[in-house]
This record gives sequence, structure tokens and C-alpha cells, in this order.
Amino acid sequence: MNAPFPLLVNSGAAAGAAAAAKLASQEQATSAPGSPALRMKVTQLNFFYGKLQALRNISLDIATNRVTALIGPSGCGKSTLLRTLNRMHETVRQTRLEGEIALDAVNILSLDVTALRRRVGMVFQKPNPFPKSIYDNVAYGLRINGYSGRLDDAVEKSLRRAALWDEVKDKLHKSAYALSGGQQQRLCIARALAVDPEVLLLDEPCSALDPVNTAKIEELLFELKSSCTLVIVTHNMQQAARVSDSTAFILTGDLIEFSPTKQMFTMPSDPRTEAYITGRFG
Amino acid sequence: MTLRTIWRKSLNAAMLSLTGLCALITVSALFFILGYLVWNGGKDLSWNFFTHLPAPVGELGGGMANAIVGSMKLLLLAALFGVPIGLLGGVYLAEFGGRTMPFLVRYTADLLNGVPSIVIGIFAYTIVVIRTHHFSTLAGGFALGIMVVPTVIRNTESFLRGVPVSLREGSFALGANRWKMIATVVLPAASPGILTGILLALARVAGETAPLLFTAFGNRFWSPGWLQPTASLPVMIYTYATGPYEEWHQQAWAAGLVLLGLVLVTNIVVRAFLSRGNSFERT
Repeated sequence: MNAPFPLLVNSGAAAGAAAAAKLASQEQATSAPGSPALRMKVTQLNFFYGKLQALRNISLDIATNRVTALIGPSGCGKSTLLRTLNRMHETVRQTRLEGEIALDAVNILSLDVTALRRRVGMVFQKPNPFPKSIYDNVAYGLRINGYSGRLDDAVEKSLRRAALWDEVKDKLHKSAYALSGGQQQRLCIARALAVDPEVLLLDEPCSALDPVNTAKIEELLFELKSSCTLVIVTHNMQQAARVSDSTAFILTGDLIEFSPTKQMFTMPSDPRTEAYITGRFG
Repeated sequence: MTLRTIWRKSLNAAMLSLTGLCALITVSALFFILGYLVWNGGKDLSWNFFTHLPAPVGELGGGMANAIVGSMKLLLLAALFGVPIGLLGGVYLAEFGGRTMPFLVRYTADLLNGVPSIVIGIFAYTIVVIRTHHFSTLAGGFALGIMVVPTVIRNTESFLRGVPVSLREGSFALGANRWKMIATVVLPAASPGILTGILLALARVAGETAPLLFTAFGNRFWSPGWLQPTASLPVMIYTYATGPYEEWHQQAWAAGLVLLGLVLVTNIVVRAFLSRGNSFERT
């Protein structure tokens, strides 16, 4: 690595080199003048599990067609924050949300929740394909939403966007469980992309994968950035550094620092951020 | 070796042989019954048994075609009554509901499971037979259907609970509402277990005699439609086995074998069908 982020310990991940080089070229390509448009805006968010407060006073801007990374130690609330963005927290009982989350300047709490989740898709930590065929997995979101176009075309398009088409085009009607872990995760991404979401939330999408598959997914994130806004939770700081444009560091429910990734990993403004990314705790 | 070690070792050996003996007794009882059934029933089993009506007393031959068809009709009705209620009740218990209602439903289902079958027969007698003034297939099927419900409810619930949360979340995240999520992901994922439970419940009631005695009653002839008294294998076995004629005893054995075979064949067919449907292969 030609060390764009001197604070990082080089773990020698082969995957990183290509991705980092890509980031460098990407930067020139997309550094348009002016700040990018906002897709989502979190304002004064407080979140409770029963009496336990999991998030405190979080405000966060999520830029259109950028990758926003959420980092922090286990249990800090980063996954909780991610899940509030498409109201997945509502599947857990006795949760309470205060504050405002806006998608394209409209409060998501005022939207129909199924419509919201169609616009803000999600990929989970462990690949969770349905016990159906590869084809039916990708077509699932389209079918339940009453898609009227040609399913075959939509399925192929989504699989291509998830860089999985070439590997599965001859076995579309085989069980999704016959795929490897990395392929399953890309299938889950294809499944989420099929309904053409504006925002894609990824909750530690690589934590169950080996470095080769991790590199594939990271490369995929670069491709997707042009058509989709991405928010990724990750445990892996090198990954955050490689794939994201801005990074939010969260510690025990507080947003400690939110800045452009390059700045965060080279000259963090908060001593706690520096301590965390240099590996002194967490 | 000290005395103490010897004592411990012999106690160990004694207990081991005791448990082994008990296991052996259980298994051999099962095989004895099966063997006896095949031995005694097989002798009298012929093609006529499946195609002919019972012969008048004193005449040789004859079969139990009406009882075989009667049992099938009763089971079909039992499935039609009991399976939808049990299935949807199980979905309710596993997926919806707060605290008190599911508790009550679960408790009632367990109680219902323990109600003696003859009591359920009386219930069906009061509800159906007295109202319609007829013993009938309908009444018998109703009684058996009630017996199917608690098993199917509890079994469905436990298999639905076994479906991982991650699959439900995956479905929610694609914009499914609760009912769509259940119908398109949870139920298909749990279907092999649910269907096995339904089969077991039906197999259990296939051999019930008591609730049929005063609901489906019995019939020595064909029973057209659903509102006439009908013969059934368990009741035939009861009547013939306690009758005074040697030929009847023989036929009761044969009927027992046929009942067992019926349950077994249904089981195998449905399981084969299930395992094929479960491989996600499209033809």
C-alpha cells in the first residue's frame, strides 16, 4: 500500500491494495466542486431499548452516491443506528425513537414502512438467502411488490450489478444454499438491488467472509456508488478506510466524530477517535 | 480390588443390564405386535377384502371395501376440519399475539390434547348427530377433526419458531409486510416439519375407535354421500374382534393390517413428495 492513511497498521491484506488504488483514481473522478447533495439526514436522534438508551443525540448527513461508514467498538450502537435508517428497529419490541430521520427531506416516520424499505434496502451481517432458488431469491422483492415488467430481465440486471451473473447464470434455478458464503452475500446484495433502492444499508457485510470474497464485495461497493447511496457498518477499520468517503465514529451511543474518511484516518480531531483507530482500545 | 470397587462395578453392571432389558422388552413388544398382525392378518388378506362388502353372517369370504373407503372419507373430513384451524392457529401463536392470548390458546390446546377421545365423541354427537338426526360421516369427521387440531397447532408453532430471525428480517428489509413475510418465507421454510406433524396427527386419529362409535356409527353397506352412517376400519375391527365368529376374528386381523398399511403408505407417499419439493429443483 502506498500508505494514504499513515495511521493504519498495514495488515497486508492483498485485497486492500487494489481497492486503495481504485479509491485514489475515484477521488479525481468524483471530486466535483461543491458538496454532494444530501440523501438522508439524521437530526437529534435518541434511541431506546426499553429503558436503556442506545443512541444519544446523533446528527448525521448522508451524501448522495457516497459511501458512509459507521465504525466503533462492539455494542456502541452503530448497527442500531443503521437499522433506524429503514426502520428495521420496529421489528424489535419495546424500542423508542426520538428525533428525525429524513430521506430526501421527508421524515421517514411519516412514510409507509414497506415503501420506505423498498427505497432503503439492507444487507445483513450473515448471508441470509431464502430457502429458494437463486432466481426466486432475486425476484422475491419484485414479486411481493407486484412488479409488472419482465422478471427475467430484472433478475439478470440485478445479478450483473452484484457481479454474480457469470457465476450463476447456468444454475439460476438451483438452491441458493448451494452457493459459497461469498456468493450468498453477493446474492443478498443482488436481492436488495432488485427493487432498485436509493440507499443500501450494509451491516458488516464481510464479517463472515474470507479476504478474497471481502475484496470482491468491496470492489462491488465501488461499482454501486455511482447508482446508489451506501451506508456500511464495519468492524474493520482498514475496510472503512478503503471503501468509504466519510466515516462516523460512534462510542457508547455518542457520535464522537464524523468527517471525511481521509481526514478521520490521517488527522482525527478527537483523541478518542485516534485512540480507537490506532488500536489502543476497542 | 477392594470390596467397595467390586460393589460399585457390580451395581453398574446390574443397572446397565436392567436398562438394556427394559429397552429390549419395549422393542420386542412392538415387533411382536407387528409380527402377530402380519402373521394373522396376512393369512386372510385377499383381493376380495379390498373390493367386497362384508358377507352376511354364516357366509364365508366378503371384504371391507366400505370400511376402507369410509376411513379414507373420515380422514379427509378430519383434515379439512382440523388442518386449516390448526395451521392458522399455529401461525397465530408463533407470529402474532401478545402474551395472555397465546398463553390461553396454548394451554387450551394442551388440555384438548388430553381430553379422552370418547368425550370428544360425545361432543360431536351433541353438536352434529342430534342436530341432523343422523349418524354420519360428517359427524365422525368432525370428531376426528377436533382431535387433529391441538397436535397441529403446537407442532406448527414449534416449527415456525425454528425459522431463523435473519430470514424474517431479510423479507422485511425488502418491503414485505408481516403477512407476506409469513406466507412467502416462514411457511415455505417450515413446511416439511409442519406437514410431517399433520401426517402424524392424521395417522393417530386414523386408529381412533371411541369417537366414531356414536358419530359415524357403522354400516354393513356402502355409505353414499356424507350424511349417512358409515363403516370405518377401527369400528369394524372392534365389532369383528368382539364378535362370536371365528371368521370375524380373522377379518379383524386383516383389517388391522390394512389400517396399518394405509397409514404407512400415506406417510411414505407424502414424504417422498416433500423431499422432491424441497430440493428447489425446477422441472
